Amino acid sequence: MSAVAGPIETASGQRVDPFAHRRRDVAIALGVLGVATILLFARAIPSGVHTTFELSGGSAIHVPSIAVPARAATLAIGIVCLVLGVAEYLWTANRHPNLLLGIGIALFALAFLTWAGKGQQIDTVGLLATSLVEAVPLALGAFSGLICERSGVINIAIEGEFLIAAFLAAMLASLTHHLWIGLLAGAAAGGVVGLILGVFAIKYRADQIIVGIVLDAFALGLTTFFATSLLNTNQQTLNSPSTYLPFGIPVLDKVPIIGPGIFDQNIFVYIVILLLIALQIGLFHTRWGLRVRAVGEHPRAADTVGIRVNSRRMANVILGGVVAGIGGASFTIGSVGQFQANMTAGLGYIALAAMIFGGWRPIGAVLAALLFGFCDALQFTVSVLNVPIPPAFLTMIPYLATIVAVAGLVGRVRPPAADGRPYTRE
Amino acid sequence: MSTQVTAPPEDGAKPRPSAPRRLFSWMISGNTFTVTVLAFFSALVVGAVIIVLATPSAMTAWHYALVSPGTALSESWDAITSAYGALLSGALGSRQAISETLVSTTPLLMAGLGVALAFRAGLFNIGGEGQLILGAMGATWAGFSFRGLPILVHLPLALLAGAVAGGAWAFIPGILKARTGAHEVITSMMLNYVALNLLGWVLIQKEFCATNPCTDAISKVVAQGSRLPHIAGSNLRVNLGIVLAVLFAIGVAWLLQRSTLGFEFRMIGLNADAAGVAGVSTKRLYVVVMTMSGMLVGLAGAFSVLGVDYQLSPAYGGTTGFDAITVAILGHGSPLGVALASLLFGAFISGGRAMQVSTGIPLQLVVVIQAVLVLFVAAPGVIRTIYRIKVRRGAERVFGGWG
Repeated sequence: MSAVAGPIETASGQRVDPFAHRRRDVAIALGVLGVATILLFARAIPSGVHTTFELSGGSAIHVPSIAVPARAATLAIGIVCLVLGVAEYLWTANRHPNLLLGIGIALFALAFLTWAGKGQQIDTVGLLATSLVEAVPLALGAFSGLICERSGVINIAIEGEFLIAAFLAAMLASLTHHLWIGLLAGAAAGGVVGLILGVFAIKYRADQIIVGIVLDAFALGLTTFFATSLLNTNQQTLNSPSTYLPFGIPVLDKVPIIGPGIFDQNIFVYIVILLLIALQIGLFHTRWGLRVRAVGEHPRAADTVGIRVNSRRMANVILGGVVAGIGGASFTIGSVGQFQANMTAGLGYIALAAMIFGGWRPIGAVLAALLFGFCDALQFTVSVLNVPIPPAFLTMIPYLATIVAVAGLVGRVRPPAADGRPYTRE
Repeated sequence: MSTQVTAPPEDGAKPRPSAPRRLFSWMISGNTFTVTVLAFFSALVVGAVIIVLATPSAMTAWHYALVSPGTALSESWDAITSAYGALLSGALGSRQAISETLVSTTPLLMAGLGVALAFRAGLFNIGGEGQLILGAMGATWAGFSFRGLPILVHLPLALLAGAVAGGAWAFIPGILKARTGAHEVITSMMLNYVALNLLGWVLIQKEFCATNPCTDAISKVVAQGSRLPHIAGSNLRVNLGIVLAVLFAIGVAWLLQRSTLGFEFRMIGLNADAAGVAGVSTKRLYVVVMTMSGMLVGLAGAFSVLGVDYQLSPAYGGTTGFDAITVAILGHGSPLGVALASLLFGAFISGGRAMQVSTGIPLQLVVVIQAVLVLFVAAPGVIRTIYRIKVRRGAERVFGGWG
């Protein structure tokens, strides 16, 4: 896999398009989403029924609710998906194919919501806020993944870093009654798991995917072990931390809709925003970022100009662990305030999918995390509506969306060239 | 060389060392066997530390370790020996214990074979949990849907249903990998959670649920004719499943070593690009190997339902899906290795249950020990460094990336 999207010129001057097949696949995926929207949702809604999107929740300025004719809206969404599919097929110079697919999935989810809420009101602000909260660990996990993978080390241990960090953050925050100690403990625990991954994968060149999966099993076993022995008998002292409360950013939190949705959140949301800016600038506009990418793309060349490849990678794997550790802490001291066995439920792997879907870029990772967070939040919004879908199927939504996203595009995104390959000097 | 008294040594003039000496030098040479044994020992040490951490009396003694270090050590030693003693006697201490060990080994062996098969073709099937659930679901459905069939018809039918359901579930990541390049680690992992939710839903449908109207999420009981017969008397749970699993291990060994298909699997596992250049259709093989892998894992689920539980509950599967991965890694992807590894882990699980009952130390300790063991086995260099074993050159494999 190499080269960017779009046609390239061969030596003889002919223009060939190496991505024709994959563009066709994504176009088909978008087409299927469009047709499904029209057949499943638009046809099932009687005309004249409205879906009301509540927009004013929590904001100081009153925003009127919007009532859309449900049938027409879903029909329009279906048609937009079809148009996107055609555009995807014809637009050969498209540099951001995932964006189109992401928009397609989000539109499909919106159509689903419109159908589910026909004749009822939907708490749009609540949905956005929940999406954001669900997206936080995903974004941090995806950051962790890309910090590691940009330097050439695959990090499948994100799930394990989440779990151990969530556990220790809850335990130390309840023991010391200081949230920041919990946060630090989570970050440090993630860093330690990252260090173990680094030692095994970089120094001893073990298979990175195997080490990652085994570390996940290790973390799951260890945290479940202590949750059922230590925490169970000492719930009050060891497993009842307080949680970070939301605080508003002055002025910004007064903006309608997005104000209460984005700028009245707890510290983890702001950490994501700060890290997004820091990573986007750091990776692409600083010497540090250039070195990281050099080590991940062409370690031998990097070594030749004097960059210490394996130390650079080790530092990044530990840093990635710290970031994932913060994400892990958000599970306990950022939301429910209690550790439960296997509470991450595979979100570490979805975070990895968000990183891939986001094309190994911080901004892409956040957008992908928001998309998956939105799909996750849908189940809570939809479950209070009167919908003939069993809850088990609603819970499947984020997992299915992940599969669609990863299957719809891979091959169009390019991992760092040396991703997963240990480096040794000749 | 004028005289020929004995056969000349082939290279060099050194006489062959004596057998015990050769055995000794083989044992310390850092080969797979030595590394595995030392990794096993190291994992037990890590487990011992965790046992002490989870034993309140031992931890209290450590608070006064400066005053009376002897008490702390002896309390810890007592905790460790009683836990590991309970584990050992629960795994091998009686006929019942051995029966339970074999019962735990059966699904691990089948699922481990499935994961190992994919592994040899370079694919990570971490969707074992989902395929187990689907396999168990298929076998259960076939088991209770037909009544009065002879066992020679009903049992194979139920096993087939399990294999087909597990294979179909694994076909999805296979076809996605072949068609779109989606990485099987992510897709098969996601399907685990989908399967788990599907199981919860299926069990409360009136076609599956034991009672009507459905009060508990538990399935109907499978018919007598579809159950795997006991092989050591009716009061021991060990059943025909372990025999079939061993036969399947031999079958997979034959497939990998003696058949064209197995040769192609190993080719794409070693170097997919080279295999493609040599004219092997890698995409078709990805689908085939994932489906076969899923069928084996699905059979593991079928064996549990038809041999032990006879009905399906929401907690089905547990950590077997993950254990299958560690079994496959520990067994280095070879059927014989998988068989030995699953026997070891089967002993761990049945022993761990006995330990949980008698000492109150949670079963998850076993998962931790397994993970540490496999971690060390996956990185033999770590073990060689800890125990200062000399390194043999050229034995290291270098692994690829997302592929």
